[in-house]
Amino acid sequence: MNWLSNNLDLVLELTIQHLRLAVIPIVLGFIISVPLGYVAYRYRLTRGILLTIAGLLYTIPSLALLIVLPAITGISVFSDLNLIIALTIYAVAIMARSVADALASVDPGVRQAATAMGYSSWRRFWTVEFPLAGPVMLAGLRVVAVSTIALVTVGILVGVESLGYLFTNGFQRRILLEVLTGVVMTMVLALVVDFLLARVGRLVMPWSRPQRASQRQVAAATAEAVL
Amino acid sequence: MSIEFRGVSKRFADGTLAVEDFSLVVPSRSITVLVGSSGCGKTTLLRMINRMVEPTAGSILIDDADISEESPVALRRRIGYVMQNSGLLPHRKVIDNVATVPLLNGVPKKQAQSAALTLLDTVGLDRSLADRYPSQLSGGQQQRVGVARGLAANPNILLMDEPFGAVDPIVRAELQTETLRLQRELDKTVVFVTHDIDEAFLLGDQVVILQKGGRIAQQGSPAEILAAPADDFVAEFVGADRGRRVLSIQQVDGVDILVDGDGRPAGRLGGSATGRRITETARIDETKAGARTASGAPAQGERAS
Repeated sequence: MNWLSNNLDLVLELTIQHLRLAVIPIVLGFIISVPLGYVAYRYRLTRGILLTIAGLLYTIPSLALLIVLPAITGISVFSDLNLIIALTIYAVAIMARSVADALASVDPGVRQAATAMGYSSWRRFWTVEFPLAGPVMLAGLRVVAVSTIALVTVGILVGVESLGYLFTNGFQRRILLEVLTGVVMTMVLALVVDFLLARVGRLVMPWSRPQRASQRQVAAATAEAVL
Repeated sequence: MSIEFRGVSKRFADGTLAVEDFSLVVPSRSITVLVGSSGCGKTTLLRMINRMVEPTAGSILIDDADISEESPVALRRRIGYVMQNSGLLPHRKVIDNVATVPLLNGVPKKQAQSAALTLLDTVGLDRSLADRYPSQLSGGQQQRVGVARGLAANPNILLMDEPFGAVDPIVRAELQTETLRLQRELDKTVVFVTHDIDEAFLLGDQVVILQKGGRIAQQGSPAEILAAPADDFVAEFVGADRGRRVLSIQQVDGVDILVDGDGRPAGRLGGSATGRRITETARIDETKAGARTASGAPAQGERAS
């Protein structure tokens, strides 16, 4: 316990740094995934290509990606930006499919009704299809958030500090508690962010709550997204 | 607001010819029902009126103006549309669903919402439902909201695509009666699509019976069609040759009872329980219709008249 009480400041600092490194790719990944997911959903031909590429991206080992990326971008291997770009790629790999599935989950009857009411296609997308795709997109985003928070720790291998520092440092110094603190704090961070996302989702999509059936659909879609 | 189809055809991208050379005039301020089995092109025809489907040949005119010259979005905002399964936006409260089109048209939110509340009264919904989401309503209530939404921009034309197909028979009967009341009160030009001939006869001032490819088998008032089915297809479709449509008179305890083709009592002939106040004309009409359409053996115990 001694180590922990002596290093609370360090743990806090690393946690904040960890959060910052995770949040940027989560947000960026989501923003990039919306147009990609839309194209994949809208055009049958691109769907297979886009989603296969996205799926393949996710299979690239993270350490390899961190080392290869600088060759393409010209950014230093050791910079935060390099890690953020890598994590954004992973986020897009999961999220693009999720957005495509989410848009496809919108009841075609509702889409037709909106058209019949006189929505222009732009307005229909942003005020009808996008919000209605929300529950399934949120399910995907929660997967992305947890996965990204876990992946941030890999950054320590190229010198980008996060809670991952506690793994390597604790391992080298043979302080089990330090390693455990790193693991637990990463998990806590993931759980907290996941919980917050779920809460925000319920807040901005109050209509998705009362319907048991739609929640089941979300659950199914989530399962599909995870698999 | 009359609507006219002039030689309209629709061939879908996959090659199916949904509608072939269809012409029809929908008179204003009345209900025209397009009725036919699935695949007869009735919904396609309806959706051509608000350009959800574009015809591949021919033209459609509203008050003699070709609708292909108007922007689809503007056209749709001045035509009410009510669909099966309500098509309400699940993420909007009832009140905002009703106000959809006025809001699209830029009416201030407050004003659109207060107008929407009035519309809830019009379609017989309690104002307390205004703040609910569609999923919190029953099927019948959702359809009423759908009708209110269709009326919100005060359109002259209302398109109804099997609006009551998915609700139970009791609620359906209620909604049908309401539709007739609304039509009387609001005087819209209504085009109504259904596969239910009873619904068509109940609601339609003009009934258009369609066969595959949007071919008109017969059009006219329900009475005209029932009195003189154009061909065997129509006769069979409206059931003129069987069942409930073949009414005959049977006397029970000195009272004239109407029985259907299967011998089941269908009603009493215009009289009271004790008396026999049968108006001669009604009696003749009924028996004439019965005589014309009866094809099989007379119902058991049918009274010769």
